[in-house]
Amino acid sequence: MNIPSELRYNPSHEWVRIDGDTATVGITHHAQEELTDVVFVELPSVGRAVDAGDPTAVVESVKAASDIYAPVGGEIIEVNPDVEADPSLVNTDPYGNGWIFKLRVKNTDDVLKMMDAAAYGAHIS
Amino acid sequence: MPSDLKSSPLESAHVSLGARLVPFAGWNMPVQYTSILDEHHAVRKHCGIFDISHMGQFIVRGPDAAKWLNSMLTNNIDALAPTQGQYTLMLNERGGVIDDLIAYRTGPEDFLLVVNASMIDEDLAWMQSHLPSGVTLENQSDAWAGMAIQGPESPAVFAKAYPGETLPQRNGIATLADGSIVCRTGYTGEDGFEFFSTAATGVAVWEKFLASGASPAGLGARDTLRLEMAYPLNGNDLSPDRTPIEAGLGFFVNLEKGDFIGREILAQQKEQGPALKLTAIQYTEKGAPPRAHYPVLTEGGTVIGELASGALSPSLMTGIGMAYLPASHTKLGTPLKIDVRGRTTPAKVVKKPFYKPTK
Repeated sequence: MNIPSELRYNPSHEWVRIDGDTATVGITHHAQEELTDVVFVELPSVGRAVDAGDPTAVVESVKAASDIYAPVGGEIIEVNPDVEADPSLVNTDPYGNGWIFKLRVKNTDDVLKMMDAAAYGAHIS
Repeated sequence: MPSDLKSSPLESAHVSLGARLVPFAGWNMPVQYTSILDEHHAVRKHCGIFDISHMGQFIVRGPDAAKWLNSMLTNNIDALAPTQGQYTLMLNERGGVIDDLIAYRTGPEDFLLVVNASMIDEDLAWMQSHLPSGVTLENQSDAWAGMAIQGPESPAVFAKAYPGETLPQRNGIATLADGSIVCRTGYTGEDGFEFFSTAATGVAVWEKFLASGASPAGLGARDTLRLEMAYPLNGNDLSPDRTPIEAGLGFFVNLEKGDFIGREILAQQKEQGPALKLTAIQYTEKGAPPRAHYPVLTEGGTVIGELASGALSPSLMTGIGMAYLPASHTKLGTPLKIDVRGRTTPAKVVKKPFYKPTK
């Protein structure tokens, strides 16, 4: 199972990469495998303020639409136009070019409270 | 696994292929093996095999069987010679659809009906309540394993799996030397056949078709394939409150053959034109995949219906769907909008089918 150790995780299968107060958010390898072929990604508006747990983006497979939740509170500062153009990036490169949005995090401690790779691995096993 | 779900006789084969099994019409059925998109394309380009063991099989026999079926179903059963089949519908007294099915004539006084899994009990109860003396109705649904082998390469797959046997003509039915039943029908728009073997031999037959070049395809691909052809799915596109005339299935309704349940309202609708029509709608711009129950709006923003079915078409890579709309909004090219979670995507009325198989 592909669970990079440098990332933090949510029980609802989002990952976060923290760089200063910027958090990049995507969905995990496990999540994309469960969703299967991603055919559409609905991105949030840049500038939108979100709280932890807010439905923020939507990832759709042929069969279903799944909400992607903000793992921590903050403001949307960037979205990934590449996944809008080619949603299959979420399947083929979930931790890289398949990222979905970036947040300016309100409180970086919130990220440290998220699961680490070991805890997420246990969560999905 | 919840114990109230029925298991297909092919379930062990699905599990060993790593299929994702989901509840469907009371059955635990494979929705996909690896990828709905790949399975969809495999059927359009090569050959796929679906488990359809959940579908029901009824045997109707007797000197008055044809006459009775003609009073219960919309199509003209007298048009069938032995070995021929037809798509037909069973209606309630209001002309609404109870079920859509294929009726095959297997002998002068013998018929096989293949019905939807979700409707087996209801169909049986309805038919039994109208059964005259001199006609027998037998439910053989649990006796058969069913498979649909579909795609341009399916005749070659059949030839390899059953050398020396011949596929019947389009819509035809044949019994093979080993007692299996093969029907030249399907739900994908591609050439192909449906195959029924005894439940006990099902896994061996399934594996024989795989070895002969068919790749497994799940209910997810089955749904996108049928929707590209604008084939209705009972429960989505057909309901007890909608008639076959409203559903655009007038071709399968014979008003001249004599009386049948629901005929009067159908004759009226055909004469006056139905107020609602099941309409094919296709996106004209990129948008989130349309799905059942999403609102359909006029260009001006008035809600005029909701999608009965909707999906991203894997062949066309755009959103497609069907909705019952007021006849005034069903002219080809009429601009519409589909509301997905509060955002609208422009769409228009298009001709059925959405996709034409290349042959």
